[in-house]
Amino acid sequence: MFALDEEQRMILDTVRKIADREIAPRAAELDETGEFPWYAVETFADNGLLNALLPVRYGGVETSLLLFSMTIETIARFCASSALLLIAQADGTLPLLHGGSEALNERYLNRLSGDSRMLTAIAATEPSAGSDVLSMRTKAVRTGTGYAINGQKCFITNGSVADFFVLYAYTDREKQAHGISAFVVEKGTPGLVYGKNENKMGMRGSINSELFFEDMEVPEANLIGPEGAGFANLMKTLSMSRLFCASQAVGIAQGALDEAVKYAGERIQFGKPIAALSPIQFMIADMAAGVESSRLLTYKAASLFDRGDYRHAGTMAALAKFTASDTAMKVTTDAVQILGGYGYMKDYPVERMMRDAKLTQIYTGTNQIMRMVAGRVILNSP
Amino acid sequence: MFRDTDELRMLKETVYRAAKERIGPLAAMIDEQGTFNRDVEALCWDLGLMTLSLPPEYGGLERDTGTALCIAVEEIAKFCASSAVLLIIQAVGSFPIVHGASAEIRNDILSRIRDRRELVAYLVTEPTAGSDVAALKTSAVRDGNEYILSGAKCFATNGGVASLYSVLARTSKGKGGRGLSFFLVERDSNGLSIGRTENKLGMRGSNTTEVFLDEVRVPARNLLGVEGEGFVIAMKDFDMSRPAVAAQALGIAQGAFDEMVRYASERRSFGKPIAEHQLIQAIIADSATLIEASRGLVYRAAALYDQGKSNTKLASMAKCFAGDAAMKIATDAVQVLGGYGYMKDFKVERMFRDAKLTQIFEGTNQIQRLVIAREILKETGAS
Repeated sequence: MFALDEEQRMILDTVRKIADREIAPRAAELDETGEFPWYAVETFADNGLLNALLPVRYGGVETSLLLFSMTIETIARFCASSALLLIAQADGTLPLLHGGSEALNERYLNRLSGDSRMLTAIAATEPSAGSDVLSMRTKAVRTGTGYAINGQKCFITNGSVADFFVLYAYTDREKQAHGISAFVVEKGTPGLVYGKNENKMGMRGSINSELFFEDMEVPEANLIGPEGAGFANLMKTLSMSRLFCASQAVGIAQGALDEAVKYAGERIQFGKPIAALSPIQFMIADMAAGVESSRLLTYKAASLFDRGDYRHAGTMAALAKFTASDTAMKVTTDAVQILGGYGYMKDYPVERMMRDAKLTQIYTGTNQIMRMVAGRVILNSP
Repeated sequence: MFRDTDELRMLKETVYRAAKERIGPLAAMIDEQGTFNRDVEALCWDLGLMTLSLPPEYGGLERDTGTALCIAVEEIAKFCASSAVLLIIQAVGSFPIVHGASAEIRNDILSRIRDRRELVAYLVTEPTAGSDVAALKTSAVRDGNEYILSGAKCFATNGGVASLYSVLARTSKGKGGRGLSFFLVERDSNGLSIGRTENKLGMRGSNTTEVFLDEVRVPARNLLGVEGEGFVIAMKDFDMSRPAVAAQALGIAQGAFDEMVRYASERRSFGKPIAEHQLIQAIIADSATLIEASRGLVYRAAALYDQGKSNTKLASMAKCFAGDAAMKIATDAVQVLGGYGYMKDFKVERMFRDAKLTQIFEGTNQIQRLVIAREILKETGAS
């Protein structure tokens, strides 16, 4: 149904090998140290995964969204933090692909070509503007040569390590959704101040930063699209980003299911492997059903994007996002349960997967927002 | 509460205030450091909570000990689940002593617990005997006036900080559960050693270790109960401990709920507090309903215990229901707090991690369901 061609299968094969050899063995250590996975950046860059979506004309591989989904899923099966690196990179690239002028894109996207290690990010969330994007306070005021930007962002994935990132700010607050604009901001821009990196429950191999802007000057040429096009640009990026989050959640859930199945086959209680006990069999069956149905939804959303049917794809991606992440939360919680006391210990990977899974219900639009978005579209209401 | 006396009400108020003012402020640090906190332990002794379930002459209550234990555990768990484990394990570990110690040692040991504030750990679980208690391998072989104990215990709460252990060991082979007996073992016995301390997802302020017994010689008078009675004592212990674990889950759920409601009232989106969004209201309503239902089960199970009636079914229902409810509510509390809930600056992520253990320890919730069903089938005469 969601068939890959020969070349795509080969790419996915490579992804699996990278996951097995480079990512899986270091996942526990990455979680424990909470450091940034530069080794993953290297590996992904060397294998053309770091900028998988980048068009060929900018030196990228330009994979389909279906293949990219499968890539994220495969990495997340072993290390969700490393998968988030791929997602953050895509998130920082999409606003330019969707709205940047040819000149702007050539300046920035070319830097990501080939085996470039450069990192990007997307900065929209603020302390008092999470689900409610329009409450953002960051403001860009025109100067002679560009814009002076003041404000702050928080929870920005890869915020403090990005070489450049896309920033959303009001150029005209009165216009609300039509008053937000998107800018490319380079690392080292005067007035760009890094705050703390967050201490998180999970996804600890991913950096989430506070960013402060103090009269930060951004040249006019760095405006993405026309003034006021930022909100639409952000929504378009987020509708795809939901798909990535869903893919990550499917991977986490599959990884936890793998561990639960393995343990259930090995653990002997009451004279037989616990896999022979009905309550365990039922749990495994429910977990597998959740993973498979989430995967199908996610692949369907990806395929709709690949076909260019953005309206249906966005809704399908919202359904996939909350279904897959709710499934990941349930499956990982149950995986810890099946491993019992051992599952609760850091010697086994399922407790990490459970902590990682929780974020997928929250980021890139909470599952409450996802249901609202999908419900409204389905009901054809504003 | 199904038992409602001035004494219990006073206990609740006292523990609540102490937990809020003196344990709550330490909870984040205790979790981060992942070490056993002696100040909290001292506070629990000072308040008489460590001896609640002992006979009155050793610091226990005249009556309603099961309910009292649940109250104390719930109030502390609202602020720090790790600290609440301390009370549960002290009661669980003391149980075989209170109900099985020989006249020769009973007064001495219980006096030591009262006067020298000694901690008792409960050594039952082994690497290959978790839910399947009858599979345990630690052996106790009679040798004159002594027993020689050998084996490995794991996931022992307070294993590294207790000075007394109630150890379940096999006194006769091939008899399954009927070949098990409890022994009182002293920490400083030759051949007893503490293995590694576990690195856990949550309850990180609770000390969980391996304990190894290598030909540990124990006087025969340290047999708790009679030979072969160990499994029965363990099951009776569960009747007390499962409502207490359920109370801990209830406390975690209530703590997470309180944070959820507070945040929802303060956090604004789309021009109003998120508490005014119907989606959030549904989460709050479901959580509150689960909490009330858990509370009913917990205190009903405890009241039956206090009345000396069979509470096995209710105890398992309470443990299973309250544990699952706590996991759901803590997960939803993180959700309501959104990105902030995922950060260690807020309490709910710790509660989320702590809650998971309540679905696992003192019998997994899968085992609880089997117990509930068995009890029902017994009642209906179907088995």
